[in-house]
Amino acid sequence: MSALTRIAAVSRKEFLQLSRDRMSFGMIIMIPLVQLLLFGYAINSVVRHVPIAVVDLSGSAAARVITEQVRVTQVVDIVSRFDTPQEAEAAVIAGEVRAALVFPRDLARRVAAGDTVGQWLVDASDTMVSSALLSLRTMPLKLDAAAPAAAYTASPPTFEVSLFFNPERRSAVNIVPGLTAIVLTMTMILFTALALVRERELGNMELLITTPIHPIELMVAKLVPYILVGLVQVAIILGLGRVVFDVPFLGGLGTLALATLVFIAASLTLGLLISTIARTQLQAMQLTIFILLPSILLSGFMFPYDAMPVAAQYIAEAFPATHFVRLVRGVVLRGAETGQLAGDMLWLGGFTLVMLLVATARFHKRLD
Amino acid sequence: MTEYAIRARGISKRFGDLTAVDHLDMEVESGRIFGFLGPNGSGKTTTIRMLCGLLTPSDGDVEVLGLKVPEQAEQLRQRIGYMTQKFSLYTDLSTRENLRFMADIYGLDRRDRWRRIDEVLAQFTLTDLRDRRLDAMSGGQRQRVALAAATLHRPTLLFLDEPTSAVDPENRRDFWEKLFDLSEAGTTILVSTHYMDEAERCHRLAILERGQVRRNDAPDALMQALDGRVIEVNGPGLRQLRQHLMAQPEVVSAAQQGSSLRVLLGEPVAAPLDYLRGQLNDPAQQPRATRPNLEDVFMAATSGERAA
Ligand SMILES: Nc1ncnc2c1ncn2[C@@H]1O[C@H](COP(=O)(O)OP(=O)(O)OP(=O)(O)O)[C@@H](O)[C@H]1O
Ligand SMILES: [Mg+2]
Repeated sequence: MSALTRIAAVSRKEFLQLSRDRMSFGMIIMIPLVQLLLFGYAINSVVRHVPIAVVDLSGSAAARVITEQVRVTQVVDIVSRFDTPQEAEAAVIAGEVRAALVFPRDLARRVAAGDTVGQWLVDASDTMVSSALLSLRTMPLKLDAAAPAAAYTASPPTFEVSLFFNPERRSAVNIVPGLTAIVLTMTMILFTALALVRERELGNMELLITTPIHPIELMVAKLVPYILVGLVQVAIILGLGRVVFDVPFLGGLGTLALATLVFIAASLTLGLLISTIARTQLQAMQLTIFILLPSILLSGFMFPYDAMPVAAQYIAEAFPATHFVRLVRGVVLRGAETGQLAGDMLWLGGFTLVMLLVATARFHKRLD
Repeated sequence: MTEYAIRARGISKRFGDLTAVDHLDMEVESGRIFGFLGPNGSGKTTTIRMLCGLLTPSDGDVEVLGLKVPEQAEQLRQRIGYMTQKFSLYTDLSTRENLRFMADIYGLDRRDRWRRIDEVLAQFTLTDLRDRRLDAMSGGQRQRVALAAATLHRPTLLFLDEPTSAVDPENRRDFWEKLFDLSEAGTTILVSTHYMDEAERCHRLAILERGQVRRNDAPDALMQALDGRVIEVNGPGLRQLRQHLMAQPEVVSAAQQGSSLRVLLGEPVAAPLDYLRGQLNDPAQQPRATRPNLEDVFMAATSGERAA
């Protein structure tokens, strides 16, 4: 009987403590809610609206008709047109488009001969995206308005498909670089999220704020050691990925280092902001998870970014991980250079600055 | 002309409905040890925090070392040292690591830094403990490290919030020797305490109750003010006598100490010894006037009676 009383006593106490901690209470509601929305609404494993470019070397009416028929499948969105295959390839490497559809000069002859009508240049690093595009390989075309629907089913496939960057379509190739984004999000945000809160909880803060230290000095100082930690983590993941999973490394180390640094800085400052909001270490951890979940689910790490609804894509853009997933895949898998990735890097740099300023402004050398 | 390190005029601090500090006035002379004595929750820590600029007063003006607080608190930082009531150094670092940290935060000169650290290590007899982590130290040892850290940058004003709460009487005496050394060297010290023996060592003492100053004078003067009002009774039946006395409005306090009962009588009683004789319940009981001590002062000050 007394065992029951004791169990009840502890349970009652837990409930009381939980109900006093308003943020934890909120998280109990928010975490399942957000998860449900993410999985139910944003996450889509049927890939559609993949951004592609079209290169028409033939300038023929047939090219326009075929392009239109590819478009209505809704598998792809035609976002740009180029004059040469080289320009299209550069756009693929820069990550502006996932694939390019090239119509050869002799398109009219090929159509007449029932031959393959075009070539897809596909960034195959994401296997889900490349599967979707491969499904177009044998799509039937309807070139003559009068002819029956299945008129054009060439015995060679409709399109020729060249898979770049991951021709064997191994998922590890895509996962490993993306994993750096997730691991860094997890550890970097958590380290700094706890940084200020821990000092407050342990009572160090009261002493620290009576010293001449300036808030921005404190903020910057809290970041520096963890930058090193982050770089070590990236080196471990990519190094092991190379050795164990045979993940290629096409880009420059300098570009990777730069991209990693801005992302680490962005994550650390986000953690600092959390640290100025949370009152306890538990709250800091919950807020970190709150950032971590969408970072995993929306960043393109697990599910193709292109397959998400536009609204979800906008939300995804707010998370640093989304930008870094793009950056690290660009550098590691497609050999993209700094110039081609400047947009995401600048975004992360700006994010860092804003977060640092907001965190500093929120931090007062006061107890009230 | 006297110089004041601290002047506070009518400062209050309200936390919601609770008034933790209530229109408090105080002045602390430069170079003196000023004591804060008061029961739990009387507002000692809150006042110290306001004087350091960590809390914004709800009312009133504070001037510390000639600077307006909290407006100019940043300029003050370099010149004050603060030893918090809750231990606030890093317990997972060693003494030297903690002191090195504080030295850098206060911007001590690089060459001077280690010399100064060695100096305070010797001054607070910490040399043997310099490489030990603080979580492996006793309460008293830790408190010495905290004082060393608070004085490392040679502040002219030192706030010590219950610095000896975990220290045995002997170490407390040593601790106070260090404080007198600092005071001798010109440092102004404001120290809060629950210990009467410590309070008695201060040059001046403010007794707080419910956020108000009840007494504010030199300890000797405070004790003298009670002359003749403290009576010791020896003899049998002291438990019943105490119960009887506690019910009398004239009696401020009655506490048994071994085989005698120490009785403190209120201001309005004209002839305390005669009054008490009239209250005795056993002819064997022997009343005798005795020298007031600080505990009597404390009882008188905090039993709801206002300072004259
Ligand atoms: N942050 C706060 N919020 C609300 N009330 C507070 C806060 N800090 C202190 N108080 C209240 O103000 C009053 C004075 O507290 P304070 O800590 O100044 O007392 P103290 O004299 O230092 O006590 P002790 O001897 O126990 O350290 C107490 O009633 C306390 O509960
Ligand atoms: Mg206190």
